[in-house]
Amino acid sequence: MDVDAAEAVFRYFPAVDQLVLFKVPSRNTFKIEIDMNKILLLLAHPAFGRSVANAALYSAVEGMEGVTCRDLYDLSPDFFINVKKEQELLLAHDIIIQQYPLYWYSTPSLLKEWTDLVFEHGWAYGSDGNALQGKYFMQAITTGSEAESYTLGGHSSMPLVSYLAPQRATARLCGMRWLPPFVAAGVHYESRAVLASEGQRYRRMLEALQQCSRLEELAEKYRITDGPVPEANALDRDLLQGELNG
Amino acid sequence: MDNFLLQLLLFCTAAIIAVPLARKCGLSSVLGYLLIGIVIGPFGLSLIGDVESVMHFTEFGVVMMLFLIGLELKPSLLWRMRTPILGMGGVQVVGTALVICLIGWFFIPWQKSLALGLTVSLSSTAIVLQTMREKGTMETSPGRAVFSILLFQDLAVIPILGILPLLALSPVPGGSGGEVPLLDISTLPTLWRVVATLGAIGSIFVIGKYLARPIFRTIAATRVREIFIAVALAMVVGISLLMTVVGLSPALGAFLAGLVLADNEYRYELESDIDPFKGLLLGVFFISVGASLDFLFIRHHLLLIAGLVVGLLLIKGLILYGIGFLFHTPGEGRSYLAAALCQGGEFAFVLFEFSRSNGVLTDKIITPCISAVTISMFLSPLFFILQERLTGRSGNEEQQREADAIKEKGAKVILSGFGKVGADVGRFLLSTGIRPVIVDPDAGNVATLRRFGFEVYYGDVGRLELLEAAGAAEAELLVVTDRDTEKAKALITLAREHFPQLKIAASAADRSAAYDLMDIGVSTLRRETFGGAIELGREVLVRLGFRRYDAYCLARLFRHQDEAFLPKLYHAHRRQSAAEYQLLYRRHNSRMAALLQASGENNVGLSEKAWAAPHGEE
Repeated sequence: MDVDAAEAVFRYFPAVDQLVLFKVPSRNTFKIEIDMNKILLLLAHPAFGRSVANAALYSAVEGMEGVTCRDLYDLSPDFFINVKKEQELLLAHDIIIQQYPLYWYSTPSLLKEWTDLVFEHGWAYGSDGNALQGKYFMQAITTGSEAESYTLGGHSSMPLVSYLAPQRATARLCGMRWLPPFVAAGVHYESRAVLASEGQRYRRMLEALQQCSRLEELAEKYRITDGPVPEANALDRDLLQGELNG
Repeated sequence: MDNFLLQLLLFCTAAIIAVPLARKCGLSSVLGYLLIGIVIGPFGLSLIGDVESVMHFTEFGVVMMLFLIGLELKPSLLWRMRTPILGMGGVQVVGTALVICLIGWFFIPWQKSLALGLTVSLSSTAIVLQTMREKGTMETSPGRAVFSILLFQDLAVIPILGILPLLALSPVPGGSGGEVPLLDISTLPTLWRVVATLGAIGSIFVIGKYLARPIFRTIAATRVREIFIAVALAMVVGISLLMTVVGLSPALGAFLAGLVLADNEYRYELESDIDPFKGLLLGVFFISVGASLDFLFIRHHLLLIAGLVVGLLLIKGLILYGIGFLFHTPGEGRSYLAAALCQGGEFAFVLFEFSRSNGVLTDKIITPCISAVTISMFLSPLFFILQERLTGRSGNEEQQREADAIKEKGAKVILSGFGKVGADVGRFLLSTGIRPVIVDPDAGNVATLRRFGFEVYYGDVGRLELLEAAGAAEAELLVVTDRDTEKAKALITLAREHFPQLKIAASAADRSAAYDLMDIGVSTLRRETFGGAIELGREVLVRLGFRRYDAYCLARLFRHQDEAFLPKLYHAHRRQSAAEYQLLYRRHNSRMAALLQASGENNVGLSEKAWAAPHGEE
């Protein structure tokens, strides 16, 4: 973990100090010995070569320690998915993040194919399917339209998270704890500089997730209820909340 | 010299006349040779001079044949056949020898009758194998049983040569008869004999395993074909001489050498070089067997010889039939065994000669017996035919010989050609659980593929009978992968004509072959190298740094565009001038380039609008 990352942790979780003292005897070695949440980041972008926003996000987190980044369109260009391998990777991580541009209020087609094949009956769901039980599931989404358009009656008709209902329900059915999405909205209209800063926000978010020991408690807030859907970037605020509380 | 050339011309002419005639009548070539032998022999036209020396010389054909058989056999197969070889072969030789010995005991001392029994227990490797090859029954289970027994007989010659002198009643003074070369080293002490024998066999292995390859490589590098043939011949002749010197059967030595060389990469070359010599020598050998029939003697001792022949055939046949029972050969196989092996063999001539020189048997016994053996050999091709007729198998050997009997029934797909394309199509279909009937016209290819566990049949589906045998009437689809476009077209036309329900899928060697196939209305066709070329192109893009999915989409786009345009190009090619066709082709290529390079700054070549809103990202 580099200095930036440490800063982020302290900013989001002032309590991490005690946490670390409690967990490891020597502060010098906390970087290695801290029990980080392992993140699996699945990128799905069919035209990543021309991507600006997703490239900004992805490049900001690629290579982070404890984050396994997988570019699905590069790994399965012909839509052949090695299900066993994907499942093994899922098992080896605590937090699963799917990063993609929102296309027609949905995922790119390969990500749907990936989900169809990898979340097998009897493995991910069904009476003996509990492999994903207790893991965290999050989406990191870019949208062309601005955030404001995702309101009832707005240009995009509904709150953004309404469109994530399939993934949210999928996560629940597989016993995963759904977390509100990271959203970089209005990327059509944003400058590269803004997108780069969104990349930094993304990175801080991932670092916070790695360190966070209260994820279970946080996720509890986002169980599916008959109330209004959570807001996009609600998690971001939650983590900041932690800072305010401290 | 003149005489030699004259004899050569005579034998060749005889063969040229006899074999096609015999085949025309549905007889095996062996029978043709034997008959023409009688015709040109001393009791026919009297054209051959020294029959015996010709026969002796051409016995070498048997050696070559066993060498070739060794080449085609894998030691592992031999090991798997150890039970039939030792079991069936052992029972046949020992049983026949004992029974004949017991019967003969009524007339002559048991020693003589045992020598006789051992001698005639052997069958004619030359006739039987040649006939089985022609009829294509080598690979059937009775065929294998026959082969096993013949192999054991060849091995048995060695101990028989050892036993015979012990049976001598009146030892010939200095009786290790010099005229029979098989006995050369028997003057040595036993220990040395054993050492020499083992050394000879060992040297075959050493030469075959370690020396043959570099020698062949060097020779092959000279690219002078006749030198390679010379080496092949020298090797077989050399081994035979070596074996003769140490008192082993040359045929056995050649067989061992063949086995050792079976996995050599020059195997097919060796095979094709030796094969014509073998064929010719055997042919002449059979002619001389026919010619050596002493009709004068036979006429004087008609009853005796008839009795001997019938007795020999009956005893051997019954024992073989019993062996079939003992080893659970099915009914048809039992009669096949009996018919195939009931005759006496060419080894009998050698052994009779050996017995005479060792004072075991006298001319009084030998002369009628040799006649009987010869007649039995002469009759054996007839027994094959008789057995076929009796068991109701088609007598038309033309059909049976040229193609394997196809076992697969009710397969939905017939795959013609198991070459480069056919092999992968076949592997793919087999993997998906579709078991096509695979037919390939290349015998070597078939043998190799069988060794890899593929069920491939030898034959040319271009012939209506074989297409029928492959189940074209019930099949759904015919896959044509022959590289030769003319052949492919002929096959498709034939199939269309006789089996209109059969769908056709074809592989075209190149673009013009594709056009040729489109001429006869084939619509499901793939250009042989097109898919592989695009896949390679895709890899090139990836190596150049293209994203895999982009490369994949480009390749896909290219394939679809090119395939979609093929009919238009075809029509232009067939209906318009060459210039117009070339223009269209060029336009197609430039349109393709424009399409694939259509995208913006990153030049990824996808439609600009793909996965992107007007403003750029997303």
